[in-house]
Amino acid sequence: MRSETYPLPRASRSLKIATLGGVLFLHVPLALIILYAFSSEDKSYVFPPPSLTTQWFAVALARDDVWSAVALSVQVALWSTGIALILGTFAAGALARFRFFGRDAISLLLILPIALPGVVTGIALRSAYHAADIPFSFWTIVIGHATFCVVVVYNNAVARLRRLSPSLLEASMDLGANAFQTFYHVILPQLGSALLAGALLAFALSFDEVIVTTFTAGQQTTLPIWMLQELIRPRQRPVTNVVAVFIIALTFVPIIAAYWLTQAGDDNART
Amino acid sequence: MQLGHRSAASFGDRLSAVLFQRQSMLLLILLIPPLLWFGVIYLGSLFSLLAQSFFRLDDFSGTIVYEVGLQNFVALFEPANLDVIRRSVTMATMVTLTSVVIGFPIAYFMARYARGSTKAILYVAVMLPLWSSYLVRLYAWKLLLAKEGAIAWLVTQCHLEWLLESILSTPVIGGNSLSFSSLGTFMVFVYMWLPFVILPIQASIERIPASVLEASADLGAPPRRTFWTVILPLAMPGVAAGSIFSFSLTLGDYIIPQVVGNSTLYIGQVVYRQQGLAGNLPFAAAFSIAPILIIAIYLWLAKKRGAFDAL
Repeated sequence: MRSETYPLPRASRSLKIATLGGVLFLHVPLALIILYAFSSEDKSYVFPPPSLTTQWFAVALARDDVWSAVALSVQVALWSTGIALILGTFAAGALARFRFFGRDAISLLLILPIALPGVVTGIALRSAYHAADIPFSFWTIVIGHATFCVVVVYNNAVARLRRLSPSLLEASMDLGANAFQTFYHVILPQLGSALLAGALLAFALSFDEVIVTTFTAGQQTTLPIWMLQELIRPRQRPVTNVVAVFIIALTFVPIIAAYWLTQAGDDNART
Repeated sequence: MQLGHRSAASFGDRLSAVLFQRQSMLLLILLIPPLLWFGVIYLGSLFSLLAQSFFRLDDFSGTIVYEVGLQNFVALFEPANLDVIRRSVTMATMVTLTSVVIGFPIAYFMARYARGSTKAILYVAVMLPLWSSYLVRLYAWKLLLAKEGAIAWLVTQCHLEWLLESILSTPVIGGNSLSFSSLGTFMVFVYMWLPFVILPIQASIERIPASVLEASADLGAPPRRTFWTVILPLAMPGVAAGSIFSFSLTLGDYIIPQVVGNSTLYIGQVVYRQQGLAGNLPFAAAFSIAPILIIAIYLWLAKKRGAFDAL
């Protein structure tokens, strides 16, 4: 942390404008989506909307294909998050404290699924399923998602574990607690919020993933795949607009919660 | 250790003592589950991809012939395929440069000037788009770029139709409308990956010690000089780290050019179409090796600039 006493020069006006412009660039398109969900126009993307209405929300809520896509996506995301939570925590425990041969290779391996383009991960899984004669199913999607969700949990957990003072663990052991008691009473409370944050982000990542999914889903329709079909061949634009708003709302909650958890948790670990 | 005295020690205590004395065992227990998953499923898949790329598709029966050969890699060097690769790399480079130019001021402001709630708000403002739905954000641009959409409306309001017309009639970047042009594809790419570029740059500027900046000022450098000779070089690892994301993500994406753009192909689309419609998994596999190699070269260059210390 930099000291607050360092006399900062004031930001120049052009820097402020550039920053504001960048933030607007990032957020105006999202705001536009919300506006369009209330547009009464259903044949084109005309701007500005001729008039505003809330009727499309009821239409979208009554659509079974939307609901079954949501249900599939939620189930996939829950399973992937669960698997990622276990694997990511184990990996963080191993890599945060120990030094051993191949450590860097393992951390690279964990990052690889998101560092390589999604197309590569997707087609690699597709060719492996093909080679092993595994038919597409719910689990073929989950395996793909869990693989790239691990790194999110791992990153959060390892950052917190590194901040955790070793003297806390020594104190716990000196006071007679065994390794499991120390884990349960000392490490877990410190790690908990980082894991929750990691899990929320993993959930958001899986809930939204489309590139790998197109290779591993076969005929199944997750919510992003539903959305992609609408993007390529729009069928009922107003319904798509409403679903888009619904997705924004649903992903903002875990993201903000995860941010809040990491901030609060880091402050605790530091004091 | 006087474990003998504690004959009543619970199983947990004993196991704990064993693990404490043999840390390597604890390490092994922790490592096995993630290693099994990544070793078998992920590396296994990558190897099967590699193996697949040496086979070939029988043109008549449409089935895969399991004979090892290099024909897929030879086909990569056909002019049409080289064109796709060149176009993808050019696009990735342009997107990366533009993202850095747009992203740097934001990162710089966040790291050096923003304090307290302004800083928190800016951080969330950059992080939200990074994590929020890729498809929804892409959809937003379909709305923005549409012929009857918001950008066209704004252009009409400002009486700049002539400008838009002349941009759209420019050969390589133009097209029927913004949402069917390479320029449109480019804008969406920049929008999509901008947060990924901002955050590493911000982190690297934040890490510059205040004392270094004070020293520069004490030695008589005006702020402008400090920026160009001290801050910018020290921020380069962050720039390199951020550029890895925008470069790699652009190179592998096949959905953005499919939804917004003209009919020119990029690497990701060729891979997707070959495995899907054409059913030519071996050629798709070989083609997907191309971005891996390009990114490996890029990573190697970025590593030399210290990008990995900034992640």
